[in-house]
Amino acid sequence: MNEIISNLAKSWDWDTPSKNLSDISQWSSNFSEVQELVTSMDGERIASVVRAGDESFTVCVNGEPWSNTFEKAWSLKFSPAGVLFVIAMNEDEWSVFEEDEPWNDTFEYVWNLNFSPNGKIAGVNVRSAEGYGASLNGETWEHKFVQVRSMHISNDGRNSAGSVQMEPLSEGDIVTFKKGIWGLAVNGHPWEQRFLNVWGCAFSGDGTRVAAEVRLKSGSQTIAVDGICWNEQFKAVWEPVFIPGTHEVIAPGLSSKGWQLHINGSPLWNQPFNQVWRQKFGPDGKRLAAVVSPDFGRWSIAVDGTVWKSTFSDVVIEPIFSFDSKHVAAAVKNNNRWTIAVDGVAWNQGFDMAWNPYFSPDGNMVVARIALGKNYFVALDGKLVLGPFEEMWDPIFSPDGESLLVKCVDDSRYFRKILPVKELLKK
Amino acid sequence: MGLAPLPLVNDAGMDLPIQELTPERIAVVFNRIMNTETAARFKVYMNTCVHCGLCSDACHWFLSNDRDPRFSPVGKVKQTLWTLVQKKGRVQPEFIKECSRIAQTECNVCRRCSMYCPFGIDIAYLLLTVRRICSELGVVPQFLQDTVNSHAVTLNQMWVKQDEWIDTLQWQEDDARAEVRNARIPLDKEGADVFYSVIAPEPKILAQLIGNIAQIMAVAKVDWTMPSFDGWDNSNMAMYSGDFETMGRVERSHHDAALRLKSRRIVMGECGHAFRGAVYDGPKWLGWREPPIPLIHAVDFYHELITTGRLKIIKKFSTPVTVQEPCNIIRGRGLGVKLREIIDATCSDFRPPEPDFEHNYCCGAGGGVINCGPNWKASRVKGNSVKAEQLAATGAHIVITPCHNCHSGIEDIISGYKLGMHVKFFSEILMEVIEIPDELQA
Ligand code: SF4
Ligand code: SF4
Repeated sequence: MNEIISNLAKSWDWDTPSKNLSDISQWSSNFSEVQELVTSMDGERIASVVRAGDESFTVCVNGEPWSNTFEKAWSLKFSPAGVLFVIAMNEDEWSVFEEDEPWNDTFEYVWNLNFSPNGKIAGVNVRSAEGYGASLNGETWEHKFVQVRSMHISNDGRNSAGSVQMEPLSEGDIVTFKKGIWGLAVNGHPWEQRFLNVWGCAFSGDGTRVAAEVRLKSGSQTIAVDGICWNEQFKAVWEPVFIPGTHEVIAPGLSSKGWQLHINGSPLWNQPFNQVWRQKFGPDGKRLAAVVSPDFGRWSIAVDGTVWKSTFSDVVIEPIFSFDSKHVAAAVKNNNRWTIAVDGVAWNQGFDMAWNPYFSPDGNMVVARIALGKNYFVALDGKLVLGPFEEMWDPIFSPDGESLLVKCVDDSRYFRKILPVKELLKK
Repeated sequence: MGLAPLPLVNDAGMDLPIQELTPERIAVVFNRIMNTETAARFKVYMNTCVHCGLCSDACHWFLSNDRDPRFSPVGKVKQTLWTLVQKKGRVQPEFIKECSRIAQTECNVCRRCSMYCPFGIDIAYLLLTVRRICSELGVVPQFLQDTVNSHAVTLNQMWVKQDEWIDTLQWQEDDARAEVRNARIPLDKEGADVFYSVIAPEPKILAQLIGNIAQIMAVAKVDWTMPSFDGWDNSNMAMYSGDFETMGRVERSHHDAALRLKSRRIVMGECGHAFRGAVYDGPKWLGWREPPIPLIHAVDFYHELITTGRLKIIKKFSTPVTVQEPCNIIRGRGLGVKLREIIDATCSDFRPPEPDFEHNYCCGAGGGVINCGPNWKASRVKGNSVKAEQLAATGAHIVITPCHNCHSGIEDIISGYKLGMHVKFFSEILMEVIEIPDELQA
């Protein structure tokens, strides 16, 4: 849960202990097919694409179908702000439907439905007769491209970017490829510079700058910021991030020393690793954590360059900071068992799956969604405190940290529960 | 040696880049790779070889080219690395084209020779080192390089665009539903038991294989998913061209996709080299000792579905069949017995090839050789006459090929030597013999 969600959470219902919002078994009686369930962040709504007739689909929300039906519908998602979107097609025309209302434009194809971190803007990649581009809240980029391969939206939703192919390429044409025909389009306007490849992309916090991984030639990659490359080149790089509140960029780069984090092209942490990726700043904008492999086949988290004492054999997903930036937790897998590690200390129990952990607002507790077999549980500070459920979504702390919002399907019924943390801890 | 010169093959991926090379530049790249990317293993192999030639008879290229020593495993190393090492990399650009031809187009890195070398020298590793040197010098057969370019851009090997991928899955879901009630290809389903990945020729030219899998998954009631985003292609020709940085990016994207969807394990479609890339070479380059989540090949998966009764075999495929045992899953992973067991369970007239299991010959297409493109097809087919003889001797009508490279390579052998046989993936056999229960009949 990030700061934006935590702000949104202030307006949610934290008083009603339990709401049984829908009987999912009833959906199966009403529709011949019920697809994957999704829930709104506040837990008030649960939805699925359902089959409305022999050849048509619709969206069912808390048991009620939308009025629109579709030949195809997929990518059903709630935005962080709680608005429900689906990509749908009728008579070979694809569009985005937002709460049962279509966007104005239709396309030959639509995909990569994505939201601005503040939840206000929805964006998709689109293909039309004129070419490839993007559409944000129904406003489509003016320029079209040979191909587009990503959709990134700035924090405030005002800017969007995607890697784009600038020239056609015929089969086997390695000569044209070598010239560099890929760029980054920001709000539909491509950078002047072209590269062999453009991958990944990150906006600065204020949305005015964009950084991306670029390849200049075989074995030579770097980071370009607004099209301008770092002076240093690497064998390989991974996704960049901006230092919050600045236009400085941090990215992992591979040199003959190994993988290191670099700031604007210069080493940031001196220690090279077997691997470093998924670097992330804490909410204070100062503490920096990343997933690292300090020894071959061992994985951990480094915070400000210092590696946790414990390492894990299989995988460490990503660092998750507490609100005060003092603590870091991560879902980790060791010897084929998933668990949660907090500041380098792993919970005792292993699970079949663990989702990203989240800190309480005061940073003293950690909660995570856990699976054992096909049963889902709430784990709080290493203890299973609730469950099993047939389905469950990430639990969320209330802004005051006193309660947990648990969204779950139990005995085929969907519940939104508000549970006092004190009671849970007694279990 | 008094041997006739080999036919000259023009290839833009080799002929153009060598014009920009100098002996000095070659030496710099060679020495960098020797100093930073090879270690004791390389030296041990180079210094242990006693030049006995016992590896020669293991290589289908040698056997199929009138026992020409230039095609023997040790001969290939001699013509490339020995000279490079001796001259400390200071060689003429034309020599690098020779290296590329030998290492990229005349060795399938199948590792059969290692089994016959008294010291177990991994010739394939040595020839992959030659490929790495060539790749770093920009000398790679045109169509192999084009495949690697596709990997770098799209993270799949056939330039499949993101919209084309999803569109194909939706089309195949429709086709599967026409056969099996409510069959689905669940996109981006979180927490599924199986993340199913394929190689790009499936959406590009063999989409029905994905439809077949959707039917198999529905009948076996498997909780599965496929991603709508990059990472769905498990293949990796960059591993074979020597572009390890692109290899790493492709492998990361594949494993990340499964991790992002919180899948319990990855099941890969019928491809051998993809298995090698996803289980061995790729994870190691990224820092993983093993893949971060368990990963199994389709042969293993079908074996599990059949032996646990989730797929019921109601009749046997009666046309005489034999099998091409893919090097990367049989010699490389030991799936030979499981493959034989599922063939026995589904086919009534199996004609074993001779030699078989880990001793079977390579299809001649693997190791990136088929991706070198049409210019190299004639030498590739000529270089595997032993495979044609072996297949013909079985008397089978169908060759089961649980690997895409084997599938295409054996097709070329069949047509090149007019064997009158056909190839089938194992999933195609399954579609003919499994029970679709009444309640699932569309
Ligand atoms: S093709 Fe196979 S047997 Fe022949 S040299 Fe290469 S790895 Fe060895
Ligand atoms: S069998 Fe082994 S030792 Fe003998 S020539 Fe071949 S690689 Fe060298």
